[in-house]
Amino acid sequence: MTTASVPLPNWISYGLIPLLNLLLAFFFSGLVVWWIGESPFEALKFLIQGSLGRGDAIGFTLFYTTSFIFTGLSVAVAFHAGLFNIGSEGQAYVGGLGAALAALALDHYVPWYVTMPFAIAGAAIFGAAWAFIPAWLQAKRGSHIVITTIMFNFIGAALMVYLLVNVFIVPGKMAPETRTFLEGGQLPKLDWLMALFGLKLGPAPFNVSFLIALVMCYLVWLLIWRTKFGYEMRTLGISPSAAIYAGVPYARTVIIAMLISGGLAGMMALNAVNGAAARLQVEFVAGAGFVGIAVSLMGRSHPVGIILAALLFGILYQGGADLSFEMPTITRDMIVVIQGLVILFAGALEYMLRPAVVRIYQQFAKG
Amino acid sequence: MENFDILVSILGSTVRLSIPLLFTALAGLFSERAGIFDIGLEGKMLAAAFASAVAAYLTGSAWLGLLAGIAISILFSLVHGFASITNRGNQIVSGVALNFVAIGLTVVLGQAWFGQGGRTPQVSGEGRFSPIILPGADAMRDVPIIGPLYANVISGNNILTYMAFLAVPLAWWVLFRTRFGLRLRAVGENPGAVDTAGISVTWMRYRAVIVAGFLCGFSGTYLAIAQSAAFINNMSAGKGYIALAALIFAKWRPVPVMFACLLFGFLDAIANFMQGKSVPLIGEVPVQIFQALPYILTCVLLAGFIGVARAPKAGGVPYVKER
Repeated sequence: MTTASVPLPNWISYGLIPLLNLLLAFFFSGLVVWWIGESPFEALKFLIQGSLGRGDAIGFTLFYTTSFIFTGLSVAVAFHAGLFNIGSEGQAYVGGLGAALAALALDHYVPWYVTMPFAIAGAAIFGAAWAFIPAWLQAKRGSHIVITTIMFNFIGAALMVYLLVNVFIVPGKMAPETRTFLEGGQLPKLDWLMALFGLKLGPAPFNVSFLIALVMCYLVWLLIWRTKFGYEMRTLGISPSAAIYAGVPYARTVIIAMLISGGLAGMMALNAVNGAAARLQVEFVAGAGFVGIAVSLMGRSHPVGIILAALLFGILYQGGADLSFEMPTITRDMIVVIQGLVILFAGALEYMLRPAVVRIYQQFAKG
Repeated sequence: MENFDILVSILGSTVRLSIPLLFTALAGLFSERAGIFDIGLEGKMLAAAFASAVAAYLTGSAWLGLLAGIAISILFSLVHGFASITNRGNQIVSGVALNFVAIGLTVVLGQAWFGQGGRTPQVSGEGRFSPIILPGADAMRDVPIIGPLYANVISGNNILTYMAFLAVPLAWWVLFRTRFGLRLRAVGENPGAVDTAGISVTWMRYRAVIVAGFLCGFSGTYLAIAQSAAFINNMSAGKGYIALAALIFAKWRPVPVMFACLLFGFLDAIANFMQGKSVPLIGEVPVQIFQALPYILTCVLLAGFIGVARAPKAGGVPYVKER
């Protein structure tokens, strides 16, 4: 019997092995830091202090976490249906258009809590719409969704730049962005939540979309594990032929799964556009869609795992910004390296350690 | 006559802009024909660009730069192979990971070594691949029509450009006229049959990704020390993905790959030329349309509206030997 077919207890499969993979990724990141002549432990200290040491630092960390929860959920939902959605980045970008349109239309007339449902719907619908064509192409024409979503990231970026430069730009201004939303179009900060813990939020843009993200985590959990559609999605993800044989409608399931995925990605814009910047800007997604891939892989596509992984990346993003300030030789791009290594070890090399772990486990199980 | 001059200058930049696409798309051709999807073309190109710029700066030799670019690119390929062939990991995840590692590591190392915000110092003279004036180019310049075309489009490119166009028939010959090529295509279509014939699928696929790394080394080097004179932060700017699009657009065949790359290079050249100019009757055409066109065309093709693009059958599927 080979090691691949040996069943392992859940705490090893879902706890120990991902943890070991993560440690490997951090070990190699440490090597890079050491290679450029800095102390990895010193860097880690700055990273933790910069992300968790003060009220506003925690606020920034949670702000990034919020974005990553949305995009992580987006990648995870598609993943359960056996689809690899690399397009969360583009879907979030176009989703920003929906969120911004709602805010621009309503902010003169109503308070934020009236605008909010429209902004959520706008972001989700625009994000979903951007996922629809790749989904349809996959479902009906068999075009590989990985390729089409990559293409749509670029098409979306070109479209958004065009709209911001030619349509939404404030006359007389140079910056390609919409006007600043009034308070009625913004999502308020969660300073009261921080105050409960005796922390001051300061300038950090930690806002109501964090709560929306948590609600979405619960809804995604319900969808995947407690509904018939979720069951069909998972069946399709594990074995397409079995799912089709059992009567799961392939095209419908693929398209709906991708619409939900795109909608969740689009909602990331609530955090960045309505919550933080109060306007739609070029490149506001800033890679959060791609971080979603890492978050989803690390969190094993489970909402709880995704929250934890998003928090970890929130810490890395905020801490990394502070670290580059304390240690100028280490630029913020170090986070991108860590992100890549996490995807490599937690994703592509997820089975590398398994045979060794199985052998050790069998030793213990016997003895 | 003025229009003709514009055409010549657009054709000249078409050639220059399509070379990195051509090397990279040919790299993808070898890898994907052997059944290994390669989203990591972009990362390999970027890593090679950085390595070649650093090596050319340190040694003052463009050829040593090329060598360093190839070496690093092959290293990335081997990691991709280790993940997706040896460990049977998800090829797309592995490619995405390597892209991030490349985009981050080049800037981190560049900043740590040179402190110019991720740029490498300028190289000049022998450290660059400079344009070669073909014999008779200056004498021909005054001949109508052919003269300017010869002098500005065919002549005046660097050696890598000519190598790229030579690589096309070479790739065709290797893939379709050698035993290696036959076996390579076979592991991409039906690895089980290759295994039955007593040929190692693993070793075949490793050789394919090594060839892909080798070719990406050229495209990265071209970007850094032929087209420019230094490495710039994220200088590949999505060209790896356009090359991937070209590869699909060409339906995984070498000669059409060249035409697809020239087409996408032409669109890029037009986009540069059209910036801020207006077309009679239509008015100013947004540059973004030209930027998005390669991707839109590829999606239309993938949708099956212009023929059918059929990927190698075993692409993306790790090979598991029967037990």
